[in-house]
Amino acid sequence: MKILNLCIGLLAAAAMMSCGDNTNKKSSAGGALNSSAAEKVYVAPGEQDEYYAFISGGYSGNLTVYGLPSGRLFKEIPVFSQFPTSGYGYSEETKPMLNTSHGFIPWGDSHHPDISQTEGVTDGRWVFINENNTPRIARIDLETFETVEIIEVPNSAGNHSSSFVTENTEYVVAGTRFSVPVPQQDISIKEYKGKFKGALSFIGVEKETGHMDIKFQLLMPGFNYDLSHPGRGDSHGWFFFTTYNTEEASTLLEVNASQNDKDFIAAVNWKKIEEYINNGGGKMMPSNYAHNVYDHNSHTATSTMKKEVRVIDPTEVPGAVYLLPTPKSPHGCDVSPDGKYIVGNGKLSANLTVHSFEKMQEAIKNEKFDGEAYGIPILSFEDVLAGQVEQAGLGPLHTEFDDKGNAYTTFFISSEVVKWKLGTWEVIDRKPTYYSVGHLTIAGGNSREPDGKYMFAMNKITKDRYLPTGPELEHSAQLYDISGEKMELLLDFPTHGEPHYAAAIKADKVAPNSKKFYKLSENTHPFAAKSEAETKVVREGNVVHVYMTTIRSHFSPDNIEGIKVGDKVYFHITNLEQDFDVPHGFAIIGQNNSELLIMPGQTKTSVWEPKQVGVWPFYCTDFCSALHQEMQGYIRVSPKDSDIELEWSLGEDVE
Amino acid sequence: MKNYLKLSVLMLAFAGILVSCGGDNKKEEKKEKITLNQAEPVKKEKKTNKVPASKRVDLDNKGVGPITSVDLPADIDKAMAAKGKDVYEKMCTACHKVDKRFIGPAPKGILERRSPEWVMNMILAPERMVREDPLAKDLLIEFNGSPMANQGLTEEEARQVLEYFRTL
Repeated sequence: MKILNLCIGLLAAAAMMSCGDNTNKKSSAGGALNSSAAEKVYVAPGEQDEYYAFISGGYSGNLTVYGLPSGRLFKEIPVFSQFPTSGYGYSEETKPMLNTSHGFIPWGDSHHPDISQTEGVTDGRWVFINENNTPRIARIDLETFETVEIIEVPNSAGNHSSSFVTENTEYVVAGTRFSVPVPQQDISIKEYKGKFKGALSFIGVEKETGHMDIKFQLLMPGFNYDLSHPGRGDSHGWFFFTTYNTEEASTLLEVNASQNDKDFIAAVNWKKIEEYINNGGGKMMPSNYAHNVYDHNSHTATSTMKKEVRVIDPTEVPGAVYLLPTPKSPHGCDVSPDGKYIVGNGKLSANLTVHSFEKMQEAIKNEKFDGEAYGIPILSFEDVLAGQVEQAGLGPLHTEFDDKGNAYTTFFISSEVVKWKLGTWEVIDRKPTYYSVGHLTIAGGNSREPDGKYMFAMNKITKDRYLPTGPELEHSAQLYDISGEKMELLLDFPTHGEPHYAAAIKADKVAPNSKKFYKLSENTHPFAAKSEAETKVVREGNVVHVYMTTIRSHFSPDNIEGIKVGDKVYFHITNLEQDFDVPHGFAIIGQNNSELLIMPGQTKTSVWEPKQVGVWPFYCTDFCSALHQEMQGYIRVSPKDSDIELEWSLGEDVE
Repeated sequence: MKNYLKLSVLMLAFAGILVSCGGDNKKEEKKEKITLNQAEPVKKEKKTNKVPASKRVDLDNKGVGPITSVDLPADIDKAMAAKGKDVYEKMCTACHKVDKRFIGPAPKGILERRSPEWVMNMILAPERMVREDPLAKDLLIEFNGSPMANQGLTEEEARQVLEYFRTL
C-alpha cells in the first residue's frame, strides 16, 4: 500500500517536473503535495506562531483563538454563551454579562470579529464581535483575552452587518439583517412595507477604556442589511452596507427577495450625521437595552438597563445616505485597503461588482440620481461602477485584500477562492476549497495595511477532510500561502462551532501585552479573602457567605459545619496564587451549576443550595500540583431545624 | 513522579495479594489486606541517618536565583520589618505559620539554618531553587512534594520579608 502511494507520489512529481512551466515562479502546482508546504506550517515544539487568528464560533456563541501558520487552537473565549469550563455565565460575577432586555440569555450566535484600529491599522487592543440572534456587540480585551463588555442593540433583529470598526475605532457598527417595526408594536406582518425599519447602529467606542455607547441609530427602509465595512483613507467617514430583500418581502424570501435585478449598497456619511447630531439633530426614542460591563479589579460584571436611544431619520439629513445599485442580493461588502473601491458580491450574480468611491463622490456632486427609495437618493449604477470581475465563479460571498493590490474572493457554490487584480479586474489565480467556503481572512484584512503572507478560508462543509466523527463534523478551514503569484494550499485545520468571519493579527502586536495573572493587591471584589486570615463563614438568615481561598494545594477553610438544608450558600473563592498559569478549580457535589475556574488573584462565586443532609465533599478541578488530589474539603449539612453552630477550620491537627 | 512510582509498587503488591488470596473468605481477605498494607511501608522504608532537610544547617549555601549577596546590618530595621510582616501576612500565610510547620516550614529561626541570600532566592525563584538547589529539592520532598508558590514578590518586598524573619 505504502509502496503504491510512493509510486503515485513519484509519478505526480515527475508529472510536475515535466510541466516545466517557467511562468510559475513558485512550484505552487504541487499544492499540499509539495514538501515545502509542511515546512511552512511547521512550528517546532516550544516555538510560537507568527499570528493570532480570532475565529468566530458561530452557533457556539464564542470566539476561538488559533495560531498561524500552525492552525493550533489556543483558547476558546466565552462571549455570548455560558461556558461551564470556566464558569462564565454561571458564576455570580459573570451572570450579568448575559443579561438582556429579554432577561438572561444563555446562548448566542457570534459572527464577525474585528480588531480595534488606530490610524487605520490594527492595534491589538480589543476584538469586537456581534451576536446575531438577540442583537448585541461584545468587546474582548486582548490583555486578558476575556469578554469585558456587551451592549445590546435595540430596534435591531438579526444583528448581521456587524461588528466592524472605523479606522480609529471611533465606532463599532452594527446593522440589522431583519427589519422590524420600530419601535416594536403589535401589527400585522402584512404591514411590512413601509412600516418595518432597518436600524443601522453606530456605537461609539471610548478611546482610552473602550467603553461602548450607542451614539445613534439610522432608521433605514425595511431592507435586509447583510454586511458592512468602513471607508478608509479618502473614504474615511463613510460606511457601506450591502442590502438584499429590497423587495421588502416578509415571506418565502428564498424566491420573493430574489426578484429585483439589483439591490443596493447603502453608503452612509457618518461624519455628516455626527455634525447633524452636534447641532441638536435626531430624536431620543424610549427604549430598553442592557449594557453589561466587566471590571477586572472587582472581577465582577454589572448590567445596566438603558432607557433611550438617539434615532435619525435619514431623509432629514441631506447628503448623509445614498444608495448604490448592486446586482442580485449582494452579500459581502468589502472596501479596498486604500479606501477607493467598494466590492459588492451579488450572491446570485455572475459578476463581481466594484464601485468607485471617487465616482460616487462625483455623482453626488453632480446630483445625478436615478430615483429614490423612501426619500433616499439612488445613484446610477453606471455612474458609480469602477469595474466588474466577469464570470469569476459561482456564488461570490466575501473579499479580502493583500498588500500588493490584489483581492481574494470566496465562491460558495463553486467552492473556491479567486485572486483578482484591483483596477484591471482580471482573474490571476483560483484554488479550490474543501468545501463550500464562506468567509476568508487575511491578517489586517479590514485595515489600510493587510499582511499578504497567509490567507485562510473557512468552509461550511467538511465531509471527508478528517476522520469521520459521526454525522456532526467540525467545520474545516484551509490555510494558503499568498506571498507568491499563485496561491498555495498549506494546511487543513478544524475549527470549532461554525466560524463566520475571523480577524488575524501579527502576534507581536498582542503577545507582549498579555496579562500573566491578576494582582491580589488590586482585587476589589467585595467578598474577596485576600489572605487566609480573612477567610470566614458568615450567616445572614438562610444565606451563607463562605469567604474561601485556594493555594497549592488546599482550600481555606476546608472543613465547614453548621450548614443546613434550605440554605443558600455562596462560595466566594479567591485564588491566592500570584504566578503565571496556576488556576484552581472548585466544584461541590450536587451543585446545580458549573464549576469555577479561578485565575491567580481572582475571586469567583458559585451558589450551592444543599438539599440533602450529610457530609459533602468539594475539590479542586484543575490539576494544580503534585498534591492536587489532596486539594479537597468537606461540608456538613444538617437538617433545617438543627442548632449546630457555624464552624470552619483548616488543618487543626497539623503538628 | 516518585509518588506515582510508590503508588504503582503498592498497587502491584496489592494486586499480587489479591490473586494469592484466592478470595474464598471475604472477611479474612479484608483483614489480611489491612495487616499487609501496614507491614509494607516498614519493609520498604530505608532508614538513613540523614538529618531532615528542614533541620539541616547550611549557612554558606546562597542558593540559585537573582540574589547573590545581602548585607545584614547588626541592627534590625524595624520599619522595614514591619513592611515585611505585612507582605508576609498577605502573601505567605496560606502555607507558612510563623512558629510551626504547616504546608511549608516555619520561618522562625530560619536565619540560624539558611543564608539570607538562600531565603530570598527561595522566595523569588522557587521553581529554579527546587530544580537546581539540592537543599531546596530535599525540602520539597520532605514537605510532601508541595511546591513553594512563587507569589510574585519584588526584590524589595522579599528583602522586607527577610527583615521581618529576623524579628521572629
